[in-house]
Amino acid sequence: MPTPTPVDALREAAADGVDFDGLRVTREGDDFRLAVPDASYAALSPDEFADAAREHRAYAENWLFWHGHAPQANDAWAFLRWVERAADLSVPERYERLGDGLTREWGQVAVTARLTDDGRRRYDLRHADEVGADPDALSTYADPHEARRLRKFDDDGDYRPLSTAPTLRHGWAFADLDPAAAVRAVEDFYPATIANWHREREGTLDVTHWHEAVSRQTGIYGVVQTWDRGEGHEHVNWVAEACCDDSQCCKRREWEYDDETPLDVPGGDGVFPCREPCSLVVATARTWTRMEAEQSHTYAFDLTPSEKAQIEEIIDAVADGRIDDIRAGDTSDGANRFRARFLRAKLFDDGNLCGVPTEGEGT
Amino acid sequence: MSEALLIVAHGSHLNPRSSAPAQDHADTIRSAGAFGEVREAYWKEEPSLRNALRTVTADEVYVVPLFVSEGYFTEEVIPRELRLDFDAADWDSNGTSADFVTCAPADVNKTVHYCGPVGTHDAMTDVIVRRAETVTGDPDVGAGAALAVVGHGTKRNENSAKAIQYHADRVRSRGRFDEVRALFMDEPPEIDDVTDHFESDDIVVVPLFIADGYHTQEDIPADMGIAADGGYAVPTRLDGHDIWYAGAIGTEALLADVILERAADAGAGVAPDRTHAAAGGD
Repeated sequence: MPTPTPVDALREAAADGVDFDGLRVTREGDDFRLAVPDASYAALSPDEFADAAREHRAYAENWLFWHGHAPQANDAWAFLRWVERAADLSVPERYERLGDGLTREWGQVAVTARLTDDGRRRYDLRHADEVGADPDALSTYADPHEARRLRKFDDDGDYRPLSTAPTLRHGWAFADLDPAAAVRAVEDFYPATIANWHREREGTLDVTHWHEAVSRQTGIYGVVQTWDRGEGHEHVNWVAEACCDDSQCCKRREWEYDDETPLDVPGGDGVFPCREPCSLVVATARTWTRMEAEQSHTYAFDLTPSEKAQIEEIIDAVADGRIDDIRAGDTSDGANRFRARFLRAKLFDDGNLCGVPTEGEGT
Repeated sequence: MSEALLIVAHGSHLNPRSSAPAQDHADTIRSAGAFGEVREAYWKEEPSLRNALRTVTADEVYVVPLFVSEGYFTEEVIPRELRLDFDAADWDSNGTSADFVTCAPADVNKTVHYCGPVGTHDAMTDVIVRRAETVTGDPDVGAGAALAVVGHGTKRNENSAKAIQYHADRVRSRGRFDEVRALFMDEPPEIDDVTDHFESDDIVVVPLFIADGYHTQEDIPADMGIAADGGYAVPTRLDGHDIWYAGAIGTEALLADVILERAADAGAGVAPDRTHAAAGGD
């Protein structure tokens, strides 16, 4: 089927009226009207209409791209409009910038939209850290579904069970994707994020809060319900602080304890929302549920002030994932491996800190 | 009316290979052109079951669980997380006969045809036989050989064993192998004593598991006594028999056809010539 020119398509659509991104077109009888923000034409014959549409070609092409070539699914359409800042930039401004490529970041994925000669768009995807990288230094992919495999491992080759963890590997590029393929690749890196982001913009995001989410757990996860005793929600703050921080996940947490009980910790600054505790959070909470069922003991340890501070530094270093950044020779850092090994050599007796057994009286 | 296929699998927080069969079969089906839209969803990975249906554009969605047996996941977890108005009684199943039920999900305006698991479909019997052919390299394997169909087994759900027994019985009724038995990891008869169960020199062992992971790569080889250096040889000589251990059946390319058969049984407009295009790798 031959592709209609923007002018032909616009003339066809005039009967129903067009009002899009500053372009307005109507038809009354044999006459056409066309208006853009700084020009207006009335009583146009078909040929005069064609001349006017060609005069404002960017508007005509822009209308045809969004109605004839972009995916017509509402969420995908809205996402691609967001990529090129359609809500903020006029058509001429956008066309100016799309010539060089207009880039926005979706989590750690940078999406760059470019204008083609016929007024359509093509898209490049890269790691946000590598927007300016030499293309020859990146492995280029054409099949958007490959993003599902790229998302599985981090730069060290470790498995990423959470797709939205801020550990997306580097070194890849998707080049010259059509609009539908660009959406597919983004969704394959960060599943369901476009759908939920769009729902949030439309005011229809269905958030499932902690209490409701743990209440529906069954099987081996049913035990999590016992950790939700209606005696305050401090434990849920700890969960959110541990798991739902920007340093651990690119999503922005929208779930709270319940409808009326917000959590005290921030939900993060991610572009796309998190609508309920994810499977990793529930699985982790299952571990904490068992641990939190224990009674506390009073243990007595003899530590120097530096040793106590060092234990705190080690916990911080592990929790913040900075172990790999500690230089072997930096013995000023309490989480330095030699420092940790010295502490173990001096203080551990049969694996017990200061020789104090974990089980038993422990006092 | 547009149609989509949603393959639902377990996935894992620990094992990256757990989701590989679902991804691979989705790619096969997509490249065969059998469905315009093919998506995956997982219990432990993303997209989560909870968010899955909103990632689908089509109005009609055929949901096929990439699970071995009917039971807790297919009857409780998957329909609950997909927010389907499903009652296990609607399947009217004897434990291996679930076909499909048409449901309305609560969070999207779509029609969902919720299918029984791939593991209990009759076509799965062919996949087991194919797997035996593949691992032995013998397209006529059968005469003089035994086949062990291996399941996890659990005392918590009798359907888990039923699926294994069902296919073992079906293979046996074809008379192709000299001996056929269903064996299990966690209930008798157990895989530990595999050679006690057969007289044939060659024993082909096909685990009815979806993904290659800890159970199929380490547990079962160790239980049988063929594990060596973190792997196993094919075949391995054991107590005077050759053990041809096949690894998880879920990775067999022909399984893509079983997924399509499930969808077609539920009314999907899968072109007949497409259903068997998948397995040929073309």
